[in-house]
Amino acid sequence: MAGEEKKGSNLFERLKKGLSKTRKSMVKSIDEMIFGEKVIERDIFEEIEETLIAADVGAAFTQDLIDDMREIAKRQDLNNPEILRKILRDNIAFILKKSEAPLDIPKDGLFTIMVVGVNGTGKTTTIGKMAMGFKDQGYSVMLAAADTFRAAAIEQLDVWSQRCGVPMIRQQMGADPSAVVFDALHAARAKKTDILIIDTAGRLHTKVNLMEELKKVKRIMGRELPGAPHEVLLVLDATTGQNALAQARMFGDEVGVTGIVLTKLDGTAKGGIIIRIARELHTPIRYIGIGEAPDDLRVFKSIEYTDALFE
Amino acid sequence: MKTTSGKPSGNSRAVGREVLDSITPGQQVVKIVHDRLVELMGGVSAPTLKLAKQLPASLMLVGLQGCGKTTTAAKLAHHLIQQGKRVYLVPADVYRPAAIDQLKILAGQIGAGVFDSKSTDDPVKICADALGEARRSGFDVMIMDTAGRLHIDEEMMEELRRIKAVINPSEILLLADAMTGQDAVVVATKFNESLEIDGVILTKMDGDARGGAALSLRAVTGKPIKFVGVGEKIDALEIFYPDRMATRILGMGDILGLVEKAQAAMDLGQAQALEKKLRKDEFTLQDFRDQLTQMKKMGSLSEILGMMPGFGKMKAMKNMEVDDRELTRTAAIIDSMTIKERRNPLLIDGQRRKRIARGSGTSVQDINRLLKNYAEMRKMMKKMMSKEGAKAFRRGQFPF
Ligand SMILES: Nc1nc2c(ncn2[C@@H]2O[C@H](COP(=O)(O)OP(=O)(O)OP(=O)(O)O)[C@@H](O)[C@H]2O)c(=O)[nH]1
Ligand SMILES: Nc1nc2c(ncn2[C@@H]2O[C@H](COP(=O)(O)OP(=O)(O)O)[C@@H](O)[C@H]2O)c(=O)[nH]1
Ligand SMILES: [Mg+2]
Ligand SMILES: [Mg+2]
Repeated sequence: MAGEEKKGSNLFERLKKGLSKTRKSMVKSIDEMIFGEKVIERDIFEEIEETLIAADVGAAFTQDLIDDMREIAKRQDLNNPEILRKILRDNIAFILKKSEAPLDIPKDGLFTIMVVGVNGTGKTTTIGKMAMGFKDQGYSVMLAAADTFRAAAIEQLDVWSQRCGVPMIRQQMGADPSAVVFDALHAARAKKTDILIIDTAGRLHTKVNLMEELKKVKRIMGRELPGAPHEVLLVLDATTGQNALAQARMFGDEVGVTGIVLTKLDGTAKGGIIIRIARELHTPIRYIGIGEAPDDLRVFKSIEYTDALFE
Repeated sequence: MKTTSGKPSGNSRAVGREVLDSITPGQQVVKIVHDRLVELMGGVSAPTLKLAKQLPASLMLVGLQGCGKTTTAAKLAHHLIQQGKRVYLVPADVYRPAAIDQLKILAGQIGAGVFDSKSTDDPVKICADALGEARRSGFDVMIMDTAGRLHIDEEMMEELRRIKAVINPSEILLLADAMTGQDAVVVATKFNESLEIDGVILTKMDGDARGGAALSLRAVTGKPIKFVGVGEKIDALEIFYPDRMATRILGMGDILGLVEKAQAAMDLGQAQALEKKLRKDEFTLQDFRDQLTQMKKMGSLSEILGMMPGFGKMKAMKNMEVDDRELTRTAAIIDSMTIKERRNPLLIDGQRRKRIARGSGTSVQDINRLLKNYAEMRKMMKKMMSKEGAKAFRRGQFPF
């Protein structure tokens, strides 16, 4: 996360410069005129608000967080900006802490992971990174190329399977994804594989037929191996704004998401919507993606993330 | 775009009649906001592609990882082939596994030519060689699919500048996902600074994203949005229409009919009177009250404006998501004010606040909050209406 934090501060510097100058003077004069409000207080609330909104926390939710902060500040009669900031940080860290639940893979039996999400969020890449990580930890891993829709999706996963030295089960492009998964489950059992990871085609959560297809894959898995899939991993792109909440809700309702990966945190986007997702849906956040290389996957840490948010 | 066909439902038709009967300033404001958004997004559709006279013309697609470059390269090729052009696709993404295969497969599906890139080649050399090949083979247009990259990755941005220098493309198009959040501002700024893009394509508009990113993209680059991607299939590409987009951003699929009716019915004088009022900052509490009623119909406005650069922090907007109780209370408060007070809220001192609270069965805090909301709203409207505000937007500075 070190590199990311460095870059992140640039963003906020820039945004602060870009957004605040003209606004501040206006806000001040009007408010002072009408309400005679304390200017200092106004400034940190404003600053924090900008930070959160730029991080995609969302306008309404930001307001809620700030209202909470004001409430505490008022009750305890605080006005030291540093303490106020800490109150807010603690509140966010507290919300996220509850979603800090690393993926725990039992040592016995086949553990199956189905990876889902909208188009282009980083599913296939994350699978490659996970396969590398699990293999390094001593698990035997198998991949299933169940994105049979997108051109060269199978070839893309195949490159990762070779990179990691783990087998991949495939059919031809256009095949029924359920059939691929069926094959893969049987192959994984026969080879006594520890972990089977299934790559699915990206799909928008609003497409009913494609969500049905995903439900079918899940059904087949459960039928062939009771308890499967053990993990349904939703991959969210940090660059996404408020739409990520709709994604988490819909994939959650349709296929029962059990964990989230937040990718592309190596950019300037912060993916702040994850805080609202954590608070409203309580979905565990398993990993974050911080680049395209095999080792650019990290276990999610609420404190680390919260710090990066305010860098 | 399916979302904007905007046939008013039975229900909104009934409301529509009310609109015809009495158009309140609040409703006019909705229309003004709508028109303002259209204007911010360029007013009319941009002339689609500027292809160089000298053949082959060339298009260069750039953007973040996973935003839809490769798919859109094929869609554009298909679009041009249908116009009778001979199109050459150039896979210049040597980094993402199987990215070259992806474009080669798509080229095969649509009958476009494709350069035989190797993932061990240098992307700049690929493009240069492809240009020679396209010239020799008599292609009309070549489309370069570059690798996705982060705007802060200097080395990778430099690669794009080198391709630009060698090829001198007819158009450099920035691709962006319609679901992009606040980062759109940073991304678009960086890509534009670095490459001086010619236009934008907004992808994945087939989902439920409002597409507020369109505003940021246009505002910070000043470049037109040319196309929108509306699906994964090769023909899912459409021309960008600012008015449809404004409607979508405002989430008024069913309000559109209303606005159109308002537009048709509104007498010009009335509309101009309101605009003038806003310009001269005479937006009174009475107008505010009407506005609230209207806002309730489009409760989603806060989210929308939240997506616009600089608007995100308009607190008033949040409180605009009024429920019925809140609305009744607000109306009661304003009704308890004297006409003078409604015109000039600065008159409302502590004493008067107490009186109004008593009269409306609310508390002084309620009055304070309302006045604050009003101040924010008025500020926003004023900024929105000012020439300066619009100009600042275009320069990518946000006056809020
Ligand atoms: N910078 C950055 N890029 C990433 C990260 N994760 C994935 N990517 C890139 O994002 C792009 C899309 O990744 P994929 O893994 O193909 O995404 P996907 O969800 O499988 O995409 P579809 O199957 O096409 O829906 C690729 O260019 C990846 O290299 C990350 O953490 N950081
Ligand atoms: N639903 C939808 N998916 C799209 C659209 N454009 C591209 N995609 C999908 O988004 C993903 C990433 O697209 P790709 O072209 O590989 O992106 P690139 O990494 O920028 O080249 C793929 O799954 C595409 O099928 C679109 O307009 N709508
Ligand atoms: Mg994939
Ligand atoms: Mg690509």
